[in-house]
Amino acid sequence: MNKPSSHDTGANVENTMSTIDKVNRNLAKRYRKEKTFRAMGIASIAFGLLCLVVLFTDIIGKGHSAFLQTYIKLHVDLSTEMLYIDDPSDPHQIAAADYQGALKEALKERFPEVTDRRQKRNLYGIVSNGAGFQLRQMVEENPALLNTQLDVWVAADDDYDTYYKSRGEGEAYTGRFNEEQISWIEALIADGAVKKRFNTTFFTAGDSREPEQAGIRGAMMGSLFTLLVTLALSFPIGVAAAVYLEEYAPKNRFTDFIEVNINNLAAVPSIIFGLLGLAIFINFMEMPRSVPLVGGFVLTLMTLPTIIISSRAAIQAVPPSIREAAMGIGASKMQVILHHVLPLALPGMLTGTIIGMAQALGETAPLLMIGMVAFIVDIPGGITDPATALPVQIFLWADSPERAFVERTSAAIMVLLGFLILMNTLAVWLRKRLERRW
Amino acid sequence: MTELNAVAQATIAQAVETPAAAAASSASYETVGQPFLDSGAKMSMRDVDVFYGDKQAIFNVGLDIGQNEVLAMIGPSGCGKSTFLRCLNRMNDTIDICRVTGQLQLEGQNIYDPKLDVVPLRARVGMVFQKPNPFPKSIYDNVAYGPRIHGLVSRRAELDEVVETSLRKASLWEEVKDRLHAPGTGLSGGQQQRLCIARTIAVSPEVILMDEPCSALDPIATAKIEELIAELSENFTIAIVTHSMQQAARVSHRTAYFHLGKLIEVNDTEKVFTNPDHELTEAYITGRFG
Repeated sequence: MNKPSSHDTGANVENTMSTIDKVNRNLAKRYRKEKTFRAMGIASIAFGLLCLVVLFTDIIGKGHSAFLQTYIKLHVDLSTEMLYIDDPSDPHQIAAADYQGALKEALKERFPEVTDRRQKRNLYGIVSNGAGFQLRQMVEENPALLNTQLDVWVAADDDYDTYYKSRGEGEAYTGRFNEEQISWIEALIADGAVKKRFNTTFFTAGDSREPEQAGIRGAMMGSLFTLLVTLALSFPIGVAAAVYLEEYAPKNRFTDFIEVNINNLAAVPSIIFGLLGLAIFINFMEMPRSVPLVGGFVLTLMTLPTIIISSRAAIQAVPPSIREAAMGIGASKMQVILHHVLPLALPGMLTGTIIGMAQALGETAPLLMIGMVAFIVDIPGGITDPATALPVQIFLWADSPERAFVERTSAAIMVLLGFLILMNTLAVWLRKRLERRW
Repeated sequence: MTELNAVAQATIAQAVETPAAAAASSASYETVGQPFLDSGAKMSMRDVDVFYGDKQAIFNVGLDIGQNEVLAMIGPSGCGKSTFLRCLNRMNDTIDICRVTGQLQLEGQNIYDPKLDVVPLRARVGMVFQKPNPFPKSIYDNVAYGPRIHGLVSRRAELDEVVETSLRKASLWEEVKDRLHAPGTGLSGGQQQRLCIARTIAVSPEVILMDEPCSALDPIATAKIEELIAELSENFTIAIVTHSMQQAARVSHRTAYFHLGKLIEVNDTEKVFTNPDHELTEAYITGRFG
């Protein structure tokens, strides 16, 4: 490098020496700055991780108990007289029988000292008023249980559920309980007639006013149908738009205008899309309210810009040499796109789509506008059944006064986050899987 | 020698003038040597001008390429030889601002006829690029791609045969016959370039355009490709752009020297490298500039 040339004089050598000195003098300062620069990055990441840990600890700490439900063991008499069944072979009579009454009777027997009318009502409130359905299901499945006496575990009411769950840790939640109610539940606990079991209801039931009967299945199905509609519309439309804009559209003012507006649409607040959906799909086109179909339309509008932008970026990232190679042997434009550009751009497109879907899954505001915020108990069976969505369900439960909904809200958040993490993992996996090297 | 430098500098000065002035002066030069053939021209180009937007890249170029001839195009960087080459199968169509005027004919057919379909044109005039660019597919699929899209074969056995013949012609068969279904991108640089050549000849084009096919390869791979070009010239007409004058001297029959968008001289290769007609050509081949 330092080949001596004819005009290398002593002065030059001295100059180079001092340059090195100057460099050395500044070196420490440069490294210090570099360290600070790196430390800033590390600090930001540490801050982000800390926030994440706090968030997860809080949510999991509050929500984990919702996955368990308190059950109470009662000795129930299933005699036909008790259930007012005349003909045990008639399924209608079995279905219409008073199982809740049998449970009340069992409670009365367990606590014979309770005679006062108001107190009795309190006593019956220990078990969930959905427990009768559980009993009915048991009998319907196995009619031989009629005219027998047996021990059954039935779901406890939400207040007792919360009391039992918070009992071990410091001050137990007593809510609206009076002394007697606490003594009953304590007596049952002393009998060993109270225990916690996995809360299947939470995953199999729709919404309910009673926390112990409320589940997120309805919201999950609603979200699923909504996302299916969104995916079915936004992926093909987004990819087709991106392909046209990248491959066919002439570069002129009009396409510039379209491009700018797609970028603008990506920044429009989602509630505006909700209003648009309300005005166009529901008011003008008279589609039904609260249905996943309309929710899917609205979320499609919202996700399209994301998908178009990421698909265009993926198409741009396809190396031009591959296009040239294909064109050089006489592939038509469509063959170049279908055989080479799209397969290479697909991982990027799918990543963008899944990120768009994840965004749509977490979206609440536009769904509020089109009525997917209603209290819906039935689990939707299709895209035209009234439904709500996971984030909206969280919003609804967070608003409910019952203490037991607090843990269910957190549990629903956990489920939603679980789905988001799952979708993002899928995006990463797909990208790794489909990525081809050249 | 001072005279020569003066000429060179004058030409350079001319090129950096305004586009309008340059265009005006474009008619004021004549290609020396023998750009045109009396008979047997596979492709013939007359008065070709190429513009990138306002900037003119090629000035009034006229040139014939003979049947089964290897024509080398040499010249300093940015002299327009690649641009000219890419006109010959309309690869410049993909550049929006590129505009080509003049007559370019393949066996008497105007290739810039607006009614002409570029798909069959590119099947007749294939191209090999500077950087090896195999598709991210298997070796087999790379070679089979052309015959498949053009519907040249109807049965699998025929396709197998085309693939084998093409790979043999590209002298790659022996090296890859056991791993035809391995990805083409896993080959070495020289093998990839021969794969690209095999892919091009699988559609049996009449003309093969090569845009600096060896510039990304080591000397051994280069030697193989050069050998291959000599063999291919028995069946194909080849136009090759190269930066290596030795390569041009070794592989070509005729050599065209481009300088700043102008075609300065076309002569038999031997003449160009031993006794060129134009001072600029001599200056370039003796390494005085470029």
